[in-house]
Amino acid sequence: MKRLALILALIAAPAFAVEPDEVLDDPALEARAREISAGLRCPVCRNESIDESNAGVSRDLRLYVRERLLAGDSDTEVVRAVVDRYGEYVLLKPDTSGANLILWLAAPALLVLAGGVAFISIRRRASGPEDRLSEEEEARLRDLLDR
Amino acid sequence: MLIELGHFALILAFVTAIVQMVVPLIGAQKNWRGWMAVAEPAATAQFLLTGFAFAALTAAFVTSDFSVALVVANSHSLKPMLYKVSGVWGNHEGSLLLWLLILAGFGACAAWFGGDLPEKLRARVLAVQASIGVAFYAFLLFTSNPFLRVAVPPFDGQDLNPLLQDPGLAFHPPFLYLGYVGLSMSFSFAVAALIEGRVDAAWARWVRPWTLAAWLFLTIGIALGSWWAYYELGWGGFWFWDPVENASFMPWLFAAALLHSAIVTEKREALKSWTVLLAILAFSFSLLGTFIVRSGVLTSVHAFANDPERGVFILAILAVFTGGALTLYAARAHAMQAKGVFGLVSRESALVANNVLLAVSALVVFVGTVWPLVAEMAFGRVLSVGPPFFDAAFTPFFVALALLLPLGTLMAWKRSQGGRLMRQLMPALALAAALLLLGYALGSGRSAFGPLGLALGGWVLGGAMVDLWARAGRGAVAARLGRMRRLPRADWGRALAHGGLGVTIIGISGLLAWQREDIRVAEIGDSWTLGRYEITLQAVRETEGPNYLTTMAEMSVQANGREVATLYPEKRFYPVAGMPTTEAGIDGGLWRDVYLVIGDPQDGGGWAVRSHLKPMAAWIWLGGILMALGGVVSLTDRRMRVAAGARRAPAPVAAE
Repeated sequence: MKRLALILALIAAPAFAVEPDEVLDDPALEARAREISAGLRCPVCRNESIDESNAGVSRDLRLYVRERLLAGDSDTEVVRAVVDRYGEYVLLKPDTSGANLILWLAAPALLVLAGGVAFISIRRRASGPEDRLSEEEEARLRDLLDR
Repeated sequence: MLIELGHFALILAFVTAIVQMVVPLIGAQKNWRGWMAVAEPAATAQFLLTGFAFAALTAAFVTSDFSVALVVANSHSLKPMLYKVSGVWGNHEGSLLLWLLILAGFGACAAWFGGDLPEKLRARVLAVQASIGVAFYAFLLFTSNPFLRVAVPPFDGQDLNPLLQDPGLAFHPPFLYLGYVGLSMSFSFAVAALIEGRVDAAWARWVRPWTLAAWLFLTIGIALGSWWAYYELGWGGFWFWDPVENASFMPWLFAAALLHSAIVTEKREALKSWTVLLAILAFSFSLLGTFIVRSGVLTSVHAFANDPERGVFILAILAVFTGGALTLYAARAHAMQAKGVFGLVSRESALVANNVLLAVSALVVFVGTVWPLVAEMAFGRVLSVGPPFFDAAFTPFFVALALLLPLGTLMAWKRSQGGRLMRQLMPALALAAALLLLGYALGSGRSAFGPLGLALGGWVLGGAMVDLWARAGRGAVAARLGRMRRLPRADWGRALAHGGLGVTIIGISGLLAWQREDIRVAEIGDSWTLGRYEITLQAVRETEGPNYLTTMAEMSVQANGREVATLYPEKRFYPVAGMPTTEAGIDGGLWRDVYLVIGDPQDGGGWAVRSHLKPMAAWIWLGGILMALGGVVSLTDRRMRVAAGARRAPAPVAAE
């Protein structure tokens, strides 16, 4: 119970994420830093990005990201540097490597499949086999009319 | 004593539910009227007994009876009365009891107002409803008894999680549960229909009001939760794609799909088996949501009350009901022959597209929510799926849905003409174009998404207005307006709900594209500008609330030298729970919110202060309110009341 309370206190103290002293002077660089931080997960929190979290490690990571940016790294280089340290766990948007393709393609695949099935079955029904009579019925109809 | 009586009533309700599950089902199978007739009084009794149990627990919370373990763990004598009451469902055991109370309530409603249902269908529906109850009564009584006493009552309680001590969140769970559990009615109808082997227009007509009610409660519940996150968590975010949020969002998407496919089943006798499948899926995802929340299997911000062992029990319930229903479906679905024939460009097709897109959107949410679990177990990869994924993967489908929506509402049944449709929708297109230009004129400079989002919202909102206008027939403007007033309420409900979606889209686009933020250290008396506002930190005081300590800042907001508002953002600390919370100071408005947060005192003097300008924020929840209102207005339509089985009107059993 005490541990739970501690965890809750950690995650529920949202008062401050980005501290004033972290903010970079160059607004363009700062905007990039924010963008990158929003995509990196705080390694010790529940489902928070380092941009939202006020855990110590998140602050360290935010500072690290800004340090790399000041050193002239590109956005992807910064992200790769963080992933190299902490593993893909910190990526809030998983890459498309290996099994992750399932994650990315499941929905589009279902859309194509369901859309295809719906299209074909509506087309078939619209062309109306139910409206028309089968050959046997036609024959029977002729038979009845001729009589 | 009252507690023991409550416990006893709960056990009796359990037994009653078992009777209600078994006897009417056998009666319906053997055609024994007496056995079928058991369902109705049993449903009433079960509801009253569960209601008594719930009242007993509530009484314990209200009187702060610290001999009850649950009250000790979740209440405190100093807590305001509202939160003493909401504390009843602010925990695992109590929330499940509320879940059961609502389940029994829906069952009782079906018994009371379902007089027009065919006898057998009603008996089977009530039996299936009771079987869900049996599973959850067992779960509650055997693993999570809320009525346990403590041997030595402590002097005071441990307090409710302070984050939950908030008016927005006090009523968030009941609405969400009304939605989750409301879908159990659709599920019971679906399973009963499968047992019966018959789905017709009349069946769809009975299912629709229940689904609509569930959907509208879910809408309110989700909107309340999102509003709470906005002002309470202190980030000014309104949706985090948190597993628990997703757990409520998936049933919402499925309920929306079911709502639309049931219309096709009722009006055109088509899509029958798909409608039944959706009804099963919608409730299954409600159960999945319960599982996710209660087991804590997917760790998230919301993990207030979870326990892995209980998770296994719920997983078993989920497996039995979903697996059982789907097996029944596989065995019986072929018995449901579709009758209606329709063309490729028709309202039926548009509703099929709506269903496909909603189901695919729900799948995105589902896959994203469980993927970390699957990837770890199956592929040994520890990874995260967060908001950036959902933003990228979910949005395209929902945009497609919004693009199609106005077209679908104006299409005719069976066969429609594209050309006429576009002519009718010119005003909506004009509104969208105007908003697009306005968006570019405002110039976010950041991305094209803002203006495009505004245009999309305008398209949906305009489409809803055109829908009403087109339904008013032809002729002079005055005559049309007069006829518009007399349109059936269902038409108004549809337009309101669709318009609400447009309003929400506008709100989200505006907020995300044009929000501004300022982070700084401010000394008392410092001023800074944010957009066209000038904000001044006037004072910071330490005071005390009923059960918390607070650091309260006084900040004034001025525009062009005129006072706009004085806001009091707070940093609270709840000593009993040992937790801090943020209370943002918000000046709300139709066009923008000024959102201020006070942080920690700095070493070099001054306070960390964050100020946000959140344009159009109110529109997000305004849209939610409109959607829910649309649901309410539709429910009051005479056709729906007839369907739900109000006493006055004779039942139209035959299809249209």
